[in-house]
Amino acid sequence: MQTNKNVVLHVADVHKHFGGLHALSDIDLQVKEGETHAIIGPNGAGKSTLLNVIIGRLAPSSGAVVFDGNVLTGRKPHEINQLGVARVFQTPEIFADLSVIQNVMTPAFAKRDGAFKINMFSAVENERAIREEAEHMLEDVGLIDRRETHAGALSRGDKRRLELAMCLIQKPRLLLLDEPTAGMSRHDTNTTIELLKKIKSRGMTKVIIEHDMHVVFSLADKITVLAGGRIIAEGAPDEVRGDQRVQEAYLGGAH
Amino acid sequence: MSNFMSRKDLTLFLGFAAVVLLLPILATPFGAAYPDLLQRFMIFGIFAVGFNILFGLTGYLSFGHAAFFGVGSYAAMWSFKLLSLNAIPAILFAVVMSGLFAVAVGYVSLRRSGIYFSILTLAFAQMSYNLAYSVLTPITNGETGLRMTLSDPRVIDGLFTSASGAPVPSLFGMSLSGWNGFYFTAIFLLATFFLSMRISNSPFGMMLKGIKSNQNRMNYTGFNTRPYTLTAFIISGMLAGLAGSLLVVTDPLAGAERMQWTASGEVVLMTILGGVGTLVGPVIGAWLIKYFENIFSSFNDNVLNNFYSFLPDGLREVVVAVSGKFVGEGWHLSLGLLFVLIVVFLPGGIMEGVRRIGARFGHMRKGSKSSARVGATAAVG
Amino acid sequence: MFEVLFLQFLNGLDKGSAYALIALGLTLVFGTLGVVNFAHGALFMIGAFCAVTFRQLLTLETVTVDPNNLSPWGTPVEIRAPLVQAWFGDFGAILVNYSVPLSLLLAIPVMLLIGIGMERGLIKYFYKRPHAEQILVTFGLAIVLGEIIKAIFGPNPIPQPMPTDLRGAADIGAWLGMAPGVITYPLWRLVYFLFSAGIIAAVFAFLQFTTFGMVVRAGMADRETVGILGINIDRRFTIMFGIAAVVAGMAGVMYTPLLPPNYTIGMDFLVISFVVVVVGGMGSLPGAIASGFLLGILQSFASMTQVKAIFPGIDQIIIYLVAVIILLVRPRGLLGRRGVMET
Repeated sequence: MQTNKNVVLHVADVHKHFGGLHALSDIDLQVKEGETHAIIGPNGAGKSTLLNVIIGRLAPSSGAVVFDGNVLTGRKPHEINQLGVARVFQTPEIFADLSVIQNVMTPAFAKRDGAFKINMFSAVENERAIREEAEHMLEDVGLIDRRETHAGALSRGDKRRLELAMCLIQKPRLLLLDEPTAGMSRHDTNTTIELLKKIKSRGMTKVIIEHDMHVVFSLADKITVLAGGRIIAEGAPDEVRGDQRVQEAYLGGAH
Repeated sequence: MSNFMSRKDLTLFLGFAAVVLLLPILATPFGAAYPDLLQRFMIFGIFAVGFNILFGLTGYLSFGHAAFFGVGSYAAMWSFKLLSLNAIPAILFAVVMSGLFAVAVGYVSLRRSGIYFSILTLAFAQMSYNLAYSVLTPITNGETGLRMTLSDPRVIDGLFTSASGAPVPSLFGMSLSGWNGFYFTAIFLLATFFLSMRISNSPFGMMLKGIKSNQNRMNYTGFNTRPYTLTAFIISGMLAGLAGSLLVVTDPLAGAERMQWTASGEVVLMTILGGVGTLVGPVIGAWLIKYFENIFSSFNDNVLNNFYSFLPDGLREVVVAVSGKFVGEGWHLSLGLLFVLIVVFLPGGIMEGVRRIGARFGHMRKGSKSSARVGATAAVG
Repeated sequence: MFEVLFLQFLNGLDKGSAYALIALGLTLVFGTLGVVNFAHGALFMIGAFCAVTFRQLLTLETVTVDPNNLSPWGTPVEIRAPLVQAWFGDFGAILVNYSVPLSLLLAIPVMLLIGIGMERGLIKYFYKRPHAEQILVTFGLAIVLGEIIKAIFGPNPIPQPMPTDLRGAADIGAWLGMAPGVITYPLWRLVYFLFSAGIIAAVFAFLQFTTFGMVVRAGMADRETVGILGINIDRRFTIMFGIAAVVAGMAGVMYTPLLPPNYTIGMDFLVISFVVVVVGGMGSLPGAIASGFLLGILQSFASMTQVKAIFPGIDQIIIYLVAVIILLVRPRGLLGRRGVMET
């Protein structure tokens, strides 16, 4: 039944080796529109390498990454973003010196004005549409009361919410999340999962790189399991959970 | 007006304009109310405000900005020599030339960030300085410096009048010496300040602050940061050139020492002292340093003896001898000390001090609510 | 032609040695403490003024006036008796003659104290602050130190004579089997080069073969881990700062006969040394040494008249030009590591 949906991201037969070390082999995966696709695996499985290949930071030794008909390999980060890919980092990357509302307005400008525009003849406070949009976004993630706070002063959990808001305001076609709950307290992890679930209902396509199984099983529609740089299993959460190889390579080994 | 400028900004600008235009009166109690010095207040105010657009907003610490100042000076001087004694073409020519130079230097230097950027700008400035002293002597007149002479061609002026008397820059025939010169430069400072306010409050300025805060995030947010930084670099280089040309307008001699790295260091100092990234801070920093340089450095032992006349003789001699090291020839020592103290205790400069004091008063008045934002004032870097 | 090039190569060595020594200290400080120290040139200057002070102390004189002994102009003759000679006789005269190298004895403890004092008194508060603030505070400190020297010794350069035995030239060409007089090289420059090479070797040996050095190197690579091992890395780093100060100071002492020091000498060398460090690669000791000599020698070649005839003014800008090219082609310098000073 999912076959009718468009493939948004296609990692086509990607290999990546560093010298003699094969970090990724035969990686082929398709992410369909509206799907939350998780990529999991034990440490050293090649998750970060794969993410870097997807985002164009590393060139694959062979194969290609195609997003919505565009090859991503070799493009600069801002070009990839302008194509409609937003990214959440392992440690939240925000503008610590700007206020919370400015943090969210900035990506809205990138969406509206493109990669470069000398826009110095209007004042930020007169950009009402963008401000309203940003406030709306902050309400969504529960940071509206802190809109004038310096972002650097936020707690880690709040920084993650802010970063999500910064990505979501661009209405990306694809959202990449790199271990969104890494290093978080149980409480922050739970609130972040709640927030991600809330977003999920909007039908945005997401790729989550994660090693916390708890996070993955509560969010993902489809899971790809990596080990030793190869895909060892792929399928719906329940299928993957029951897969013998996964339990050996991942659950048995790591936990 | 509301669409163009918020009430708060308008108040700030009008307040600033009032202070600048009333300086001849306001500076009197400090013994600074003479045109030569106040002209330099304006000129170095422009230099520092321009520098702040690069360093304060964008976070790129250039150690070679004096090069653009110097290019502006030489360009203006050549306009005076070849075209006309009128200041307007000289200033335009200077701004264009320094802008072109900034395009070249910025294009190369901005390929790197952090200290590598600082060293690249320093390298370009030192090259300019060394060349101005050596092979470029036909353009710069080397150590002697470039000045106007009666025999200069001045083609535009030659069309209208025949030269008479010693050549001095003018504005359509109006003399620019003394107070005229002050008001002339003051208008440029106000325009520069206005531009800096506009940039700081605009989306463009917010992007620059974003680059300073987290360039990586800016890239992944969809911004091509290089043209943003290059634009900031060029604007700031053109303003440095403007300042350089105005210095030649008021004091018609262009010398290579204006391009030396010490001159680049001075504008960094002005900006830090006043408050990096703030609107008014760099101007205050520039004024304070020029004030120290001119007033403080003229102190001598006689002045000090009078100042300490209440002390007994023996003690007075010691005190005069010690404090004599900090004034006159040694004013740089005071400057260096002040600089260290500011960076150690008040990295946000004088403006942060003002804010802290303001917050303390606000704190007393309003209770404990308002202190939350003070702790998070923008840091240097 | 070979002789000419070889001579230029030699001429580049002494300047290259000075660059390398200053860059070595800068890199030690940056690599261990992570601090960009713009006051490092001031340490070179203070070293030079240790030599000046030492000589002034050695040449203190008593002046006696004998009212009965009149000069042909009818004024009493002043008899100046250098104290050192009065006390030690000929040995005293030798001391004065060798004042420059001997002042190392004064410079080493003084520089160590100044270095440690600087680190404990100011620098240590800046470990966690942004590089821009480190640059600014040390820049301010450099101004202060320069001005203090100016207040004490005045603004003019103070020449320091080299020992009489080392004033001549070494006939290096003859040593290498060429005709005598083809390649001669001032002895003191040779001394300076050998001295520098010795210091560089000593610093490397110290880092390589002592436990202290091993810990410091480990700390340079990964400060946190070494800290976790329970080793007091901070104290060692303080001492490293002292050592860097001593290296800069010694470089300054020995350079005085080649360039009479004044209060700006520190900044003059610092600007170039920073270029040297960046070209070598921030944080790389071998890089600092290599690029120090490389730039010194290039500068020497660029000042040949034949070269200047083709590229006018090249001698003035060669160092900066090379810096620009290297930074653009090799962003991390010749031997720089990834991730140093990039955020």
